[in-house]
Amino acid sequence: MSEPADLIVVGAGPAGMAAAATALAGGLRVVLLDSGTALGGQYWRHPPEHARTAVPTDDLHHGLRRYRALCEALAAGRDTSRLDLRLEHHVWSAVRAGDGFAVHAADRREAPRETAVVLRAPRLLVATGAYDRQLPFPGWDLPGVLTAGGLQALLKGAGVAAGSRVALGGTGPFLLPVAAGLAARGVEVVEVCEAAHPRAWLRRPGPLLRNPGKWAEGAGYAAALVRHRVPLRPRTAIVAAEGGDRVTSVRIASLAPDGSPRPGTERRVAVDAVGVGWGFAPQLDLLVPLGCALTDAADGNAVVSVDEGQRTTVPGLYAAGETCGVGGAALAVHEGRLAAASVLADSRARRVPAHKHLTALRAAVVRQRAFARAMALAHPLPPAWSSWLTDETVVCRCEEVTAGTIRTARADGAPDHRQVKQLTRAGMGWCQGRMCGPAVHCLTARKRAYEPAERLVATPVTLGALADLDEEPPPPPISPTSPAPPRPPAPSAPTAPTDNGETDKECS
Amino acid sequence: MHEEEPLTLKVVVVGAGVVGAACAFHAASAGLDVTVIDRGPVGAGTTSRGEGNVLLSDKEPGPELALARLSRTLWDEAGRELGPDTFELEAKGGLVVASSAESLAALQEFAARQEAAGVRVEQVDRVRDLEPHLAPGIPGGVHYPQDAQVQPVLAAAALLRAAVSRGARCHPGEVAGAVTARDGGRITGVRTAAGAVLPADAVVNAAGTWGGEVGRRLGAPVEVLPRRGFVLVTEPLPPMVRRKVYSADYVANVASSDAGLETSCVVEGTRGGTILIGASRERVGFDTTMNTAVVARLAAQACRLFPFLRGVHLMRAYRGFRPYCPDHLPVVGPDPRVPGVVHACGHEGAGIGLAPATGALVTAHLLGRPWRGADPADHTGLLPDRLLTPEGAHQ
Repeated sequence: MSEPADLIVVGAGPAGMAAAATALAGGLRVVLLDSGTALGGQYWRHPPEHARTAVPTDDLHHGLRRYRALCEALAAGRDTSRLDLRLEHHVWSAVRAGDGFAVHAADRREAPRETAVVLRAPRLLVATGAYDRQLPFPGWDLPGVLTAGGLQALLKGAGVAAGSRVALGGTGPFLLPVAAGLAARGVEVVEVCEAAHPRAWLRRPGPLLRNPGKWAEGAGYAAALVRHRVPLRPRTAIVAAEGGDRVTSVRIASLAPDGSPRPGTERRVAVDAVGVGWGFAPQLDLLVPLGCALTDAADGNAVVSVDEGQRTTVPGLYAAGETCGVGGAALAVHEGRLAAASVLADSRARRVPAHKHLTALRAAVVRQRAFARAMALAHPLPPAWSSWLTDETVVCRCEEVTAGTIRTARADGAPDHRQVKQLTRAGMGWCQGRMCGPAVHCLTARKRAYEPAERLVATPVTLGALADLDEEPPPPPISPTSPAPPRPPAPSAPTAPTDNGETDKECS
Repeated sequence: MHEEEPLTLKVVVVGAGVVGAACAFHAASAGLDVTVIDRGPVGAGTTSRGEGNVLLSDKEPGPELALARLSRTLWDEAGRELGPDTFELEAKGGLVVASSAESLAALQEFAARQEAAGVRVEQVDRVRDLEPHLAPGIPGGVHYPQDAQVQPVLAAAALLRAAVSRGARCHPGEVAGAVTARDGGRITGVRTAAGAVLPADAVVNAAGTWGGEVGRRLGAPVEVLPRRGFVLVTEPLPPMVRRKVYSADYVANVASSDAGLETSCVVEGTRGGTILIGASRERVGFDTTMNTAVVARLAAQACRLFPFLRGVHLMRAYRGFRPYCPDHLPVVGPDPRVPGVVHACGHEGAGIGLAPATGALVTAHLLGRPWRGADPADHTGLLPDRLLTPEGAHQ
């Protein structure tokens, strides 16, 4: 008989993998869930197992050594039956249950068949990452216009370049690895339009100096762009996309300091694909209904409030990675380890990381958080971005709600995106405002951080699967496996983070 | 304007939900000087958490059905005045289906009593002629052609807008207490949490689920309690469910006083293409936590009614708190303890449907004469007096 799990980790990206590995090393039984087909999340997204030889993507990745080490640690956990790895499990709700948590997921390993499962554990760690933050512009709904993260995902997950002549726009260092990756696959990246100016970094040099790995990484990308003759133009933006069946050109303008296009600077550039990214929005859908306190991050997002051990304000609930503020994979790994160390301490596990090790982890997190904050402040959403919207520009693509309709609702007194949704249906469609939410928020209440609407259903799930949940008792949390003697954890895991300059990370 | 016409009654309506908006609309239409106060935007409370029901089918003959019949007429009038599309008024009709021969007999007996009270009912033997996607084997049902639906937040916003165009004002804020005259305790205004005083000859308590608390602050407490409900929303689909379809058990649950969970499935399509599935009832105070067991139960019941739903995705769920009085009737009318306080709350799950008639009835009470078909003499069963125990009268 298998024993019940001590910890459920949702999300098998850098934070969740690191958390699960640390918890296993401390002797806990762990369930690790992810909606993807492979470990790694977005950052270490890989083609499915069977396609890995056919689609080589190693050169697109950073920190693969760490990824492989984590994969090995997790494989060892599975060998000893202490890790229940559940890929292709889409978590639609997490609720308090008794002294712990019940995590509800749709098992889609045999898609299109879908089975509802319930997993239970006294502690829950949410590491659900973030997704591209989008700002609408005329033509952004044309086929061929993608998010920067979407371009990257196609490249890393399937070896597919979305176009042969691509323009990138938005803000933030993430545009650089996307450009470099596309260029490495022979794509002509005609321009990278960065809305911010690099000078903004000089206002806060401290975090940059204390994170030399980050600027070394940036310099690496800059060199790659020079090598591939990709022009990087600060203070510019893609203000429109044009085309019939799909995008054929973009309009690029120079920006005034407030982000409004400078009159007379617009240029039309022929492209067959576009990638745009305005930073990221943390994926908080599981956390908000659990009642976690949120706090404002410097990038305009509300994020989960955690203590120095990654504990949320809900007892037994931990968060790591981008849900606590967008800061990149290196930070996510450190936070995952730190969160798992807190789980070990709070559950009085036999093996708790050494004090010295924890101090080093915390110092790394503080230093990298400061960098993330400086990055956010150097790459803000341009305050006047909405000046490039026409009243006809569609903002909510699911329900086809235009900027003009949203402006009318605001003029009628709607104070925030929730009320705009009630009055206009913006955010009521398939994506439930995940795509347009930040933009609608900016159009109504820009001064406050963006708090996503509460979503009690974190991902669509069939009513049939839910109905079966009502009629049948849920399966046991951990599937019975052959009883293997627990293997003593390798003494080296978790590896103490030396962290003297991360050179293997990008800011995603 | 009221300086020139000092006799115009000054009315403060507490609550900008659909009931408060309807009160403001009718009172302003009657020429009264109206100020609406709410701490949030229009329709942000229970109004935004329902399905937009305008139902006669679920009401047994009595004071609530009388109000509902008037309200049904007034929704049509509001549609003509404000434009039916402004709040998606749709006379879609309701179909109540029975699960067994016994429940069909009970349903038919219930429908006969409703018919005697003036409700249009049509016996249906072959329910799939009306709703082709219903499960096979349903012995029969009753069709209620008068049942309708509105988009409640749009309806509240449209009513409030119309009230403002008739001279009403909106005051964002929260009511902290009443200002009363020294002689006799008649109300002369309300004090807001921000310290402002809004002068008033009458205060309408249209605070919905929070009506109990607002009543207490006004010195006129009424017992209004929350009853939690979840609504499921599917992915958008081509039209599959034309009417509001529900099982006959629903009526029993609406009227039930049991403390535990009750679910009886209500399924209907919307203009947006989504299908709404309700309705659960739990007495758990203002507990906002997700209840996955309720979601699973509603899904199971909906799939039994409409088997095609098994393959349809649940996209969203929301929950709200119905305001109910101990006897499941709304409380509408002047409070005998504090002259000037008029209650208009406790509508439980029927607030959207009952809003226009409630607004008209409140206005009739304020005017001291019938208004738009609402005669206070016809609705004495809703007066607050029935709820006031000697202890209650002294808080």
